[in-house]
Amino acid sequence: MLLRAENLCKRFGGVSALEALDLEIEAGAVHSIIGPNGAGKTTLLNVLCGIYRPEEGRVRVQEKSMVGRAPHEFAAAGIGRTFQNLQIFFNMSALENVMAGRWLHERCSLAAALARLPSLARAERACRIEAEALLAFVGLEAWRDAPSDTLPYGALKRLEIARALAAKPALLLLDEPAAGLNPTETLEIDRLIQRLAASGVTIVLVEHNMKLVMGVSQHVVVLDYGRKLAEGSPDAVRRDPKVIEAYLGAGA
Amino acid sequence: MAILVGLNAIVCVGLNLLVGFAGQVSLGHAGFFGLGAYGSAILAARYGWPPLAALAAATAATGVLAWLIGRPILRLKGHYLAMATLGFGIIVSIVVSNEDRITGGPDGMSVPPLSILGYAIVGERTWYWIVATLLLATVWVALNLIDSPRGRALRALHGSEVAAEAIGIDAARHKLSAFVISALAAAAAGALTAHYAGFITPSKASFLHSIELITMVVFGGMASTLGAVVGAAVLTTLPQFLTVFKEYEMVLLGAVMMLTMIFMPRGLVPTLERALAAARRKPL
Repeated sequence: MLLRAENLCKRFGGVSALEALDLEIEAGAVHSIIGPNGAGKTTLLNVLCGIYRPEEGRVRVQEKSMVGRAPHEFAAAGIGRTFQNLQIFFNMSALENVMAGRWLHERCSLAAALARLPSLARAERACRIEAEALLAFVGLEAWRDAPSDTLPYGALKRLEIARALAAKPALLLLDEPAAGLNPTETLEIDRLIQRLAASGVTIVLVEHNMKLVMGVSQHVVVLDYGRKLAEGSPDAVRRDPKVIEAYLGAGA
Repeated sequence: MAILVGLNAIVCVGLNLLVGFAGQVSLGHAGFFGLGAYGSAILAARYGWPPLAALAAATAATGVLAWLIGRPILRLKGHYLAMATLGFGIIVSIVVSNEDRITGGPDGMSVPPLSILGYAIVGERTWYWIVATLLLATVWVALNLIDSPRGRALRALHGSEVAAEAIGIDAARHKLSAFVISALAAAAAGALTAHYAGFITPSKASFLHSIELITMVVFGGMASTLGAVVGAAVLTTLPQFLTVFKEYEMVLLGAVMMLTMIFMPRGLVPTLERALAAARRKPL
């Protein structure tokens, strides 16, 4: 099991955002987390990457307990993520954003950095080539040297994916990658997720666009009020009466 | 004058790593400057250490202190971090003013000249070459650092700390390293300034000096190493040309800060670079 979360509880003041939630993520598939607004989807994602510490329960990544670990340690354990409200390094170019994403795979002592040793210069060239390949993969090669604050919104969403991929995560968490995109851009993201899945990256997708979710996922988890309401294949979830009730209201 | 410009530029290049690149505000760097200056002066004058050894020891000790206080205070963000560094600077300034038995108090103390292997360094020309060499070395090291994966990590946590953590960058550790490096540069330049001038007063460790340093960085251009040097040069020489306004020096500094923020928030050098790049794109 790539990721196993047991009995997660997360409260904000008196509000339970997550309530005794269990979650298992198998390697090599697209898992989606859906649910009405306020169901705890983003909270769950933040717990899975270490930004929030749950009051109870624990997260294991590849059978390693991550209790009490900082977000950068989750990243080192193989968890990558993108953000719903963009968290681009706007003080850098598009390429530099992706190069920064390779941090975990750079060997760079302080001495080597200060004196610019030849080995570092070679590593930097390799890093640049890999980052360029990732930009091409998400279709942003034309924006390579552009300051990232000049990129359109849809391109920034893909830049976040490229930056997360640069860290070679075992598990990629995508937080509403299609939110705020027009239909063309949504289609591009859809295709990108398909290509990612085909390349063997395990994905956890939080998304409101049901067409996108049902098209790309093998496994869907439905949250409501911080609890797991249902899970299974997209078809099974779609027919589940509890899910229909949560989405459309009782009596529908 | 050129020597003082060079010494201030060393401080600013270091401070710019912290403020401009890593995005962490410090209003207390005169504290590190003062600790380097007084540390070296006291070891050399009161305890008879060779000045070069005193300089090295004071700089290293200031670095260790920066590491110790940096660990707790760099958890703070924005205004809170600014207030904590401000508090540190004020403590240093009060201590050097009050401990008059060893620091000479508000009157200051005289400092033996720097000597290398027994040869005293006194001539302006010698100092000029020493400071020029050290400044070039500092700039070279700073440029290398910024251009390395570690420099990218610093700029990344300026851009978005949460995203930097999400790609595996230990934000606390990198802020701390930038803090210590900038403190080392300030302490070394402080010690050199003390030995060069032969005299040191608490004003060099004061809050106003911290503000002067940060104004140099902001005016020259945050996240621009050349900008830090230009900022130091302009704001070190400007008051000398405006001696008529001597009493209004701080007012002038405030005005420079305000005008920079309003008309070129990126600072002088980055603004000029952008203008040049724009001019090149559409030839006359």
